Amino acid sequence: MSNEIYETVIGLEVHAELSTKTKIFCSCKTEFGAEPNTHICPICTALPGALPKLNEKVVEYAVKAGLATNCSIEQNSKNDRKNYFYPDLPKSYQISQYDKPLCNNGYIEIEDDNGNPKKIRILRIHIEEDAGKLNHSDFSGESLVDLNRAGVPLIEIVSEPDIRSSGEADRYLKKLKSILQYIEVSDCKMEEGSFRADVNISVHKPNEPFGERHELKNMNSFKSIQRAIDYEKDIQISDLENGVKVVQETMRWDDVEGRTFSMREKENAQDYRYFPEPDLIAIKLSDEYIENIKKNLPEMPESRKKRYMSDLALSEKDANALISSKAYSDIFEEAGSICKNYKAVCNWLTSDIARILNERELEPENIPFTAKDLAELVELIDNDTISSTIGKDVLEELFDNPRSPKKIIDEKGLAQISNKDEIAEVVLKVLKENEQSVADYKAGKDRALGFLVGQAMKVTKGKANPKMLNELFIEELKK
Amino acid sequence: MSEMNRKEMILMEDDITRLTVHELVDKLNSNELTSEEITKAYIDRINEKEKDVNAFVTLTTDTALEKAKEMDKKRYSNNAEFSGNTKMRENLVGIPIGIKDNMCTTGVKTTCSSKMLENFVSPYNATVVDKVNDSGLISLGKLNMDEFAMGSSTEHSAMKITRNPWDLNKVPGGSSGGSAAAVASDMVPWALGSDTGGSIRQPASLCGVVGLKPTYGLVSRYGLVAFASSLDQIGPITKDVKDCAMLMNVIAGYDEKDSTSIDMPKVDYVSALKNDVKGLKIGVPKEFFGEGINEEVKDQLQKAIEIYKELGAEVEECSLNISEYALATYYIVSCAEASSNLGRFDGIRYGHRTENFSDLNELFVNSRTEGFGDEVKRRIILGTYVLSSGYYDAYYKKAQKVRTFVKKEFDKCFAKYDVLLTPTSPIPAFDIGSKSDNPLEMYLADICTVSINIANLCAISIPAGVTSDNMPVGMQLIGNRFTEATLLNTAYTFEQKTNFRDKYKPSFRREEK
Repeated sequence: MSNEIYETVIGLEVHAELSTKTKIFCSCKTEFGAEPNTHICPICTALPGALPKLNEKVVEYAVKAGLATNCSIEQNSKNDRKNYFYPDLPKSYQISQYDKPLCNNGYIEIEDDNGNPKKIRILRIHIEEDAGKLNHSDFSGESLVDLNRAGVPLIEIVSEPDIRSSGEADRYLKKLKSILQYIEVSDCKMEEGSFRADVNISVHKPNEPFGERHELKNMNSFKSIQRAIDYEKDIQISDLENGVKVVQETMRWDDVEGRTFSMREKENAQDYRYFPEPDLIAIKLSDEYIENIKKNLPEMPESRKKRYMSDLALSEKDANALISSKAYSDIFEEAGSICKNYKAVCNWLTSDIARILNERELEPENIPFTAKDLAELVELIDNDTISSTIGKDVLEELFDNPRSPKKIIDEKGLAQISNKDEIAEVVLKVLKENEQSVADYKAGKDRALGFLVGQAMKVTKGKANPKMLNELFIEELKK
Repeated sequence: MSEMNRKEMILMEDDITRLTVHELVDKLNSNELTSEEITKAYIDRINEKEKDVNAFVTLTTDTALEKAKEMDKKRYSNNAEFSGNTKMRENLVGIPIGIKDNMCTTGVKTTCSSKMLENFVSPYNATVVDKVNDSGLISLGKLNMDEFAMGSSTEHSAMKITRNPWDLNKVPGGSSGGSAAAVASDMVPWALGSDTGGSIRQPASLCGVVGLKPTYGLVSRYGLVAFASSLDQIGPITKDVKDCAMLMNVIAGYDEKDSTSIDMPKVDYVSALKNDVKGLKIGVPKEFFGEGINEEVKDQLQKAIEIYKELGAEVEECSLNISEYALATYYIVSCAEASSNLGRFDGIRYGHRTENFSDLNELFVNSRTEGFGDEVKRRIILGTYVLSSGYYDAYYKKAQKVRTFVKKEFDKCFAKYDVLLTPTSPIPAFDIGSKSDNPLEMYLADICTVSINIANLCAISIPAGVTSDNMPVGMQLIGNRFTEATLLNTAYTFEQKTNFRDKYKPSFRREEK
């Protein structure tokens, strides 16, 4: 198929909400999920005469993000107005940054599809305000405006068109998300809209100029971003193969139908009439200011990874899995420091916990139990209170209804049976009921022992200490 | 002093309203008058003159009288704040004031003289309004203006046409025409105006009163409904220069809510009035006396120049060739900013909403079509055009460069001179209706004033004399950034010498035509 000769070219525009306590131009709270229009004031509702006042924390957070993604920080920056009418935009302009963004020319490192390191360049990072939200009522046919989100600070991170596949896009986004979480400037919750990505995608033959691009919007998960990219790539290639020209336009991804639709914007592209925001003064940053932020940046994932491999002797694969999210890495470090069994904590996180998160479509930051709970679980297995099999049941319970693992074991009577008499009784009972297996074993079929242990586990509902069980069976069978 | 004596000593009510604020303060301090008496005199004056002048959009005379009684109690109560100390002289508790209708006031409509905001009541006070209230001043009402402060005659008000007290057939100037006419007709002792390209100084000039446009950043813009954010500034319109200095003491100062306001040490503008200009260097830019400047205006200014020389100032002709660039720059920058600032009036959250719409776009378009007047629409269209891609560089960007050029040209002048002297308006007050159909001619009314806003300077207009037709002629004194003290002293010294207010007053004539 001719797919092979086309190259996909992808650039990403990511909007991340900054986790400042207050909005970018007023002192209203940024909290998600409040009653509509309860976090508003004359400034964020654009009453006549109200003026914006730049929240300095927003600048600090954006500079952090810039430094963490290897950007150069612009010491003379400014705000601009982007003008357009929409009911969720109270001023009818968004205060953003046009030609002097706070951060320029950075990069982050990912793996390409062959596992080789690759730099994805970042063109710019700028600060801007979020718009409000329209709630459409199917019942009354009305649209109601909720301005709680209006003025929540955002950074927009624009990549160069360096990405070549949906896999690279996915790794870039996850890496970016983890960086923003590591430096604690954004909680990056996709489901709350605090981390959103638009995709610019085109295809071309490698020796030809870039093709016309489509801008894809409305993807609400990493999965749908990958699906949208793969869908568009195929469509654009088949269009070109069939002699259909790809024209630059904005497309809406429909997650249910699994396809993109043209948003049919009017032919003459929006003219935002950018101009410098006269209500705000220029943003001037001193060397000391930038140095100070640089000095106080938290430990970045790469550094943690090195530490895990050298100090804790984890494999590169495990280390990579742990640092993929700050929530993961934080739980790992805290739980490990409590129970001192880093290897076991790592195993839980990278196998069973990862599996459950995947099954339940949860992100690591949604893990409902604490690092202390996980440490306790590891300790309970290490001191033979429960078996690792029972541990898995306890873990499920931790996800369903988080509480102390000890409490779970007590409530459900899951503690391991390590009483020799009690186990001996079970062993004798099983031997008696399975004479054929006993005979097989004595005839040299070692496999029969496994069957007998399994039967004993069944009787004890998995609670028997497996080591003692094994020893007692061998002892009895030798008799 | 007994009640009886006091009544004898004073004064017809007309005389009370004729007094300046500093004279009223003296009478309050010496117990010759109460705030209630003063306020009542003003209300009576309003009842007599407002039907001719039409200066007010909203009157708050009912609450004013109540507040006056309250203020009298406050003034006469024996608390330390008002017991005979030196500060008392400037204590403004119980003095009335008028406020231009583009400054937000809780409980009272802020219409900007626009149908768009016909019923709008702000839930918060502008910073200057808070300062006025905190000083114990009593608002008599909100004053008429050109819609959203766009105009030079107050004829662009959607509410009413304000008339010039010196000749009721003539305009009071604009956009703060209501403020200037109310002060000139003694319906308020002083008022707040706003000035984007001359909107305080030009009506002050046409109405024979004093108007100061402070340096950009000296007075908070928070709560001033924005016309052009990089040019707008609130300032006083008063009967004399001392009142102007007193009102500046009330409203000037840093406000953390306005990022463009400047944090600097407070200045006492009243103590800056020395009645002495000896050795002061005054430049007279010859370009401001060229084509288009009325001969009688030139004559009055020439006399003023002679007076300054007599007073010991060093007056010298100089060159400042910026007027025509400044006017074009002004209209590009102010319209561009206005087109964006007025976008918020979309019929969604407040203000006029059309009843005729079937979709979102029609809701926007029809609300704005119905809510805005022609001049506002003209400027929104002009501003949208100069910011459009393809035109931005030729207009907006070029205008910003010219703006820098204008600033530099002024800087050159201020390296040599303390103050520059020019006409405020090229012509005296003109007939109502004579320019309202010709926008370009109307725009020329700002030719002498806009460059001061473009360069973020300060300037004051004071009466220099009258024409043969008995219409006031204003003189503009321009100062470098944050030299209001020098400017006020320069104006004060001239005023003390010439005593304009003793010689002339409005006639309220109405010639039949």
